[in-house]
Amino acid sequence: MAATELKLAWRNIWRNRRRTFITVASIFFGVILCTLMSSMQNGTYSKMIDNVVSFYSGYVQIHHPNYWESKSIDDLIIPDDSLINKVKESEHIELIVPRIESFALMSYGENTKGGMLIGIKPEEENELTGLKKWVSKGRYLNTKDDGILIAVNLARNLNVEVGDTVALISQGHHGYSASGLFPVAGILEFPFPALNNFGTYITLEQAQLFFSAPDMATSLVLTVDDYDKVYPAKDNLVDKLGEKYSIMTWDEMDPVTKQMIEGDKGQGIIMKGILYILIGFGVFSTVIMMIAERRKELGVMVAIGMNKLKLARVLFYETVLIGITGIVTGFLVSLPLVIWLVHKPIPLGGEVASVYEEFGMEPAIYFGADSMVFGGQILVVIGITILVSIYPITKIMRLKVTKSLRS
Amino acid sequence: MNVIETNNLTKTYNDSEVEVHAVQGIDLKIEEGEFTAIVGPSGCGKTTFLNMVGGLDQPTSGTVRVGDTYVNELKSSELIDFRLHNIGFVFQAYNLIPVLTARENVEFIMQLQGKDKKEREQRASNLLTEVGLGDRINSRPSRLSGGQQQRVAVARALASKPKFVLADEPTANLDSKSTETLLDMMEKLNKEENITFIFSTHDMRVVNKARRVIKLEDGKIISDERKS
Ligand SMILES: Nc1ncnc2c1ncn2[C@@H]1O[C@H](COP(=O)(O)OP(=O)(O)O)[C@@H](O)[C@H]1O
Ligand SMILES: [Mg+2]
Repeated sequence: MAATELKLAWRNIWRNRRRTFITVASIFFGVILCTLMSSMQNGTYSKMIDNVVSFYSGYVQIHHPNYWESKSIDDLIIPDDSLINKVKESEHIELIVPRIESFALMSYGENTKGGMLIGIKPEEENELTGLKKWVSKGRYLNTKDDGILIAVNLARNLNVEVGDTVALISQGHHGYSASGLFPVAGILEFPFPALNNFGTYITLEQAQLFFSAPDMATSLVLTVDDYDKVYPAKDNLVDKLGEKYSIMTWDEMDPVTKQMIEGDKGQGIIMKGILYILIGFGVFSTVIMMIAERRKELGVMVAIGMNKLKLARVLFYETVLIGITGIVTGFLVSLPLVIWLVHKPIPLGGEVASVYEEFGMEPAIYFGADSMVFGGQILVVIGITILVSIYPITKIMRLKVTKSLRS
Repeated sequence: MNVIETNNLTKTYNDSEVEVHAVQGIDLKIEEGEFTAIVGPSGCGKTTFLNMVGGLDQPTSGTVRVGDTYVNELKSSELIDFRLHNIGFVFQAYNLIPVLTARENVEFIMQLQGKDKKEREQRASNLLTEVGLGDRINSRPSRLSGGQQQRVAVARALASKPKFVLADEPTANLDSKSTETLLDMMEKLNKEENITFIFSTHDMRVVNKARRVIKLEDGKIISDERKS
């Protein structure tokens, strides 16, 4: 019977080919438009997040529980083998990069400036953030280096060149004083103006010595295998590490970017919502007509002994089949299109391009193929058809045979 | 044994301002194998009467018994099943499901009854051959003439092996040639297979074919004649 019901439904929707074609076409275009829009948002957001994450914060960081509040060199963690192994064993984690960082005063000759001094493992750091590619003069650090990398504006203000030696003063761990001399190994020029004003880098070992904090770190910076897995990864870590550490995701560390994305997502939802509401009304009016013009026929079917539930099911299938036909045809076009665009972002030129570059992004429109780019449309269209099909179902359940036979 | 017995069957419509006494206390017995016409002018209560007998409408008072079942006591959910297994219907128009072929239409009712595929196919082709449409079994209703469609409807009505067939003005939309063909076919089925037919009409040519003619006026029986 189920096959017959489906056959009936399928044939019924094509009784008025033109009308069904228009209805399916509206879903078809809606699905294409919304997948492209979702895909573009998805691509842009992950690019934005990628930027935040890859320039500095990583996806997840592990700190001393007080560190994020105090930013103090006294609130450190010890990234020994036992900690590193626990993190390594945790699911979804890829890179594990330790840093120690604090504020320091730097002077050269007459000039003194404040900045962030960041102790890094050069190779790991480069793998995480690609720091090496921003070296504009001199060289990058090697593992046993005793040199320093200085951001370009800071270097200009101090008036130092590669080969000069700068003096650093800061406060060390537990009140020790920290001071040292570091030859300038290279100058860093970032695409972000902010970073150019205050970043300086030495090796982790040098920094631990400088801050009198042997084997310690302010943070373990982590990347995850997929950006969807940030929260599960965090949850796993919380389970494994417990109260002794604070575990923060990129958006907890950078709420501004998170808010920007949420705001933009909201706009997208409104636009897609309006589009889908229009489509929903289109489907609804088609379904109303499909019922109205068949009153007698439906009456006869119940009269001869067709259970109303069965008939309601046929009408439900009719609506759902219209929806599914729209989705399937829509995906036939949008799926290859999206996959192609994911691999070939649309390049941007002119003014827009320079804005992108200022934010350190390659000037292009990016597309993503997150499961919700497609799944979202399926859910919405199925939702619409189920909602719309309430109408024919109630119509059938309330159908009075004698009335519809006389109509 | 009577297939149908009505007792003081009454229907009063009061959904508008004035009450309409559509059927006013009809007592009637119909036996197996009858070929009976309910006749009378438009508005005399033929449809209302047949609908109550067929379990499509609830009487205001009185009883309808079909076989051992008091139809007026069934719940609406039971009625659908009762109709499916006991009564064959032929209506004036829109009988067939337009998206199904003649054969699929006839099979459909057997499918509702849960008959297996082999039996359905066999019986559907037999019935369609019997009503003279053996060569049109795969045509959709829109490809058939009005008379042919009504013959498919009769085949479908018989497919469920009902106790009797109710046909409410089955020829009203047909020309005289098709009317005659349909009636001859019904008569043949009645004679050869003892199928009980009750049909309503106000067409004298149709009335003449019946072996029992019940005349209604204002919802009451004014005459009940049997021909030998
Ligand atoms: N649903 C209804 N509401 C009110 N009056 C009705 C309704 N159905 C039928 N009637 C009235 O009942 C009477 C009998 O109608 P009907 O049984 O259709 O007669 P026939 O089939 O002989 O033409 C008519 O006067 C008709 O107007
Ligand atoms: Mg009538």
